[in-house]
Amino acid sequence: MSQNTEKHTPLLQVIDLHTSFKTDKGEVKAVNGVTYTLEEGKSLGIVGESGSGKSVSAYSIMQILDGNGHITQGKVLFKGEDITKYTPKQMEDFRGRHCAMIFQDPMTSLNPVYTVGNQIMEAITTHNKVSKEEARKKAQEMLELVGINDAPRRLKQYPHELSGGMRQRVMIAMALVSEPSILIADEPTTALDVTIQAQILELMMELQKKLGMAIIIVTHDLGVIAQMSDEIVVMYGGRICERGTAEDIFYNPCHEYTKGLLRSIPSVSNMKKKLIPIAGTPINLLNMPKGCAFCARCDNAMKICLTQVPEEVRIDKTHLASCWINIRDNKYLHDEEAEVKA
Amino acid sequence: MSSEYLVEVKDLKQYFPIRTGFMKTTLLKAVDGVNFGIKPGETLGLVGESGCGKTTVGRTLLRLYKPTGGEIYYDGELITDQNMIKYRPKMQMVFQDPYSSLDPRMTVEEIIGEPLDVHKLYSNSKERREKILGLMELVGLNAEHATRYVHEFSGGQRQRIGIARALAVDPRFIVCDEAVSALDVSIQAQVINMFEELQEKLGVAYLFIAHDLLVVRHISDRIAVMYLGRVVETADADELYDSPIHPYTQSLLSAVPIPDPNIAKSSKRIILEGDVPSPLRMPSGCAFRTRCRFATEKCAQECPSLTDRGNGHMVACWNK
Repeated sequence: MSQNTEKHTPLLQVIDLHTSFKTDKGEVKAVNGVTYTLEEGKSLGIVGESGSGKSVSAYSIMQILDGNGHITQGKVLFKGEDITKYTPKQMEDFRGRHCAMIFQDPMTSLNPVYTVGNQIMEAITTHNKVSKEEARKKAQEMLELVGINDAPRRLKQYPHELSGGMRQRVMIAMALVSEPSILIADEPTTALDVTIQAQILELMMELQKKLGMAIIIVTHDLGVIAQMSDEIVVMYGGRICERGTAEDIFYNPCHEYTKGLLRSIPSVSNMKKKLIPIAGTPINLLNMPKGCAFCARCDNAMKICLTQVPEEVRIDKTHLASCWINIRDNKYLHDEEAEVKA
Repeated sequence: MSSEYLVEVKDLKQYFPIRTGFMKTTLLKAVDGVNFGIKPGETLGLVGESGCGKTTVGRTLLRLYKPTGGEIYYDGELITDQNMIKYRPKMQMVFQDPYSSLDPRMTVEEIIGEPLDVHKLYSNSKERREKILGLMELVGLNAEHATRYVHEFSGGQRQRIGIARALAVDPRFIVCDEAVSALDVSIQAQVINMFEELQEKLGVAYLFIAHDLLVVRHISDRIAVMYLGRVVETADADELYDSPIHPYTQSLLSAVPIPDPNIAKSSKRIILEGDVPSPLRMPSGCAFRTRCRFATEKCAQECPSLTDRGNGHMVACWNK
C-alpha cells in the first residue's frame, strides 16, 4: 500500500506557491505559500473572502496573471511536470488542452462582436487541426452536450442575445472542447440567479461524471462549496488556513477562521439564533501582519500568533490546519506523525 | 382610517414605457398588482430572481418612482403627491451598493447630517453635531471617523454609514434593498446583527429585499415571493420554508445550496427548465406556467390571485 502511494503522481500539485503584484504602493503578496493537491476526477473547492488570494492562486496555475503579477516562488506540477518552467508556447498548449477555465461573468468573458459559433470554433481549431466544417459540427455537439436546445440557431447568435445562464453554458462548452483533465471554475455562478445556479452546478457535476475531469471551484459561497467539493481549501490573506475533505471542514473545523466563517452564516441549525460575526475588517494585503494573517480578528489569539506564522499541522489523515491553537492542543498528533515517519 | 399595518400597499402597479422600435413603445410591467402590509416592528422579506420587480416595489413604495396604479398607506393614511413630503422622514432606504450610494466628496459627518439639514431636525449646530455622533455610535462607528471621506472605509463600514444616514430622521420603516449582498460573509453577519439590534432598540419595521434566501429566512418574520411582477406566495418565514405550496417557491427553495455537505449532496433538487421570460413578452395567464411542472390549460387563460390557505399563508396558483 505504502509503495503504491509513493509511485502515484497526483494530477495537479501546487507546492508552496507565491504570487505577487507590483503596484505603486508596493508589492502585494496575493498568494503566500499555498500548497494543495488535486486528484484525477475529483473536485477541489477553494473558499475565502475577497482578497484572500483564492482567484489569484487559480490564475497562477493557468499563468494568466495581469502584467504586473508573477509567480515569485514555488512549483505547479501537472502529472509531475513543473509547468511554471514551461515556455509560453508550451503554456499555450497546456491551457485549453489540459486545463481550461470558466469565469464569473460570462458577459465580459465572451467577445461581443463574434457569434457564439465563431468563438467555440476558434477554441477547437486552436488545439486541433480540423476543417471548418468539422469544427462547426464539433461546436454543435458541444452545445448539445451542455444542454442548449436548438444548437444550429444558437451558433449564429451573438452573446448579447443569450441569457446569463445560457452564456455560462457556452463558456463551459468552449472550455471543454479539448476534453481537458482539469476545469477551473472561478465563481462560476456568482452572477446568476439561484434557479439558474442550480442548473449550472448540476450540469458541471453531470459533465464531470461523463468526462471524468477534475474540477477546481473557486467561490465565496459556502453552500456551493458544500455541494460541489470532495476536498476544500480555506484561504485567508493569501495563505491556506485549513484543508481537508468537505466533511472535515464543515463538521470538524479546526482553524479559528473556518470556525468563525461557519458561525457567521445562517444555516438550518442556527436559523432563529443570533449570528456570531467575525469581528474587525478584512485584511489589507499591503500591510500584512508578521504572524498569522487572521490574528487581528481572532478572539483566541495568543502572543505567538502576532509574531510567527503558524506551520501546517496534520489533524488526521486528510485534514490539515495552520493555527497555533491546534499546534498547542494537538502536540501529540505531531509526535505521532514523527513516530510514523521514524 | 386606522389599520394594524404600518405600511400597506394595495394593487401597486409600476409600468415603464420601453422603446422597442421606431415610434413604438411597449409597457414593461415591472410590478403588476402587488398587495402586502407590514406591521410596526416587523420584517417582511421580499425574494425573487433578478428582474422580478422586487427592487421596483421598494422604490415605488417610497415614491422614488411615481406609481402607475395602486395605493400606498402609511399608518392608515393614503400617501399622495401632496402629502408625500410629510412621510419621507418616516420611511427611509438603505441601498445595495455602499460604493455608489454615498457621495465621495462628502465627509461622513456631512453625509449623515444632510437629512438632518433637509428636514431641519436640530435647533443649533451643537445639537446637530451631537445627533450625528449619536447616530455613528449607534451603528458602531468611532467619533474620529466623522471627518473622514467614504473611500477611507471598507465595505461593511460604508454600509454602516448608509444605515446611519437612513436612521438620521428617526424613521419607523426602512426599505433595505439588497443591503448586505455586496459584503463578504464575515462582514455580512455583522450588518445583519446590527439590523436586528436596531429593530429591537428602535422598533423600526423593515422591507428586506434580497436574493440570498438563507439570509432572508434568518432576518424575516414573514416572506413574500415574487415572480415577474407579481407576488405568488406569502407566509410566515418558517412556514414558507418548511411547507412551500407554490411550485415556483418549491423549486426556488430547493435550488438554494445548503452549507452542509451531507444535506447538500443528498437533497433532491427541483431543477427548473429554461430562463425567466422577458417581462416585455409576458406569458398569458399565470406568468410561471412556461416553467411549471403542473401547468394546465386554465393557467394559460387566467391569472390566479392570492388565496388564503390557512394561517395567513397566501398562494396564487390554480393547481396547488
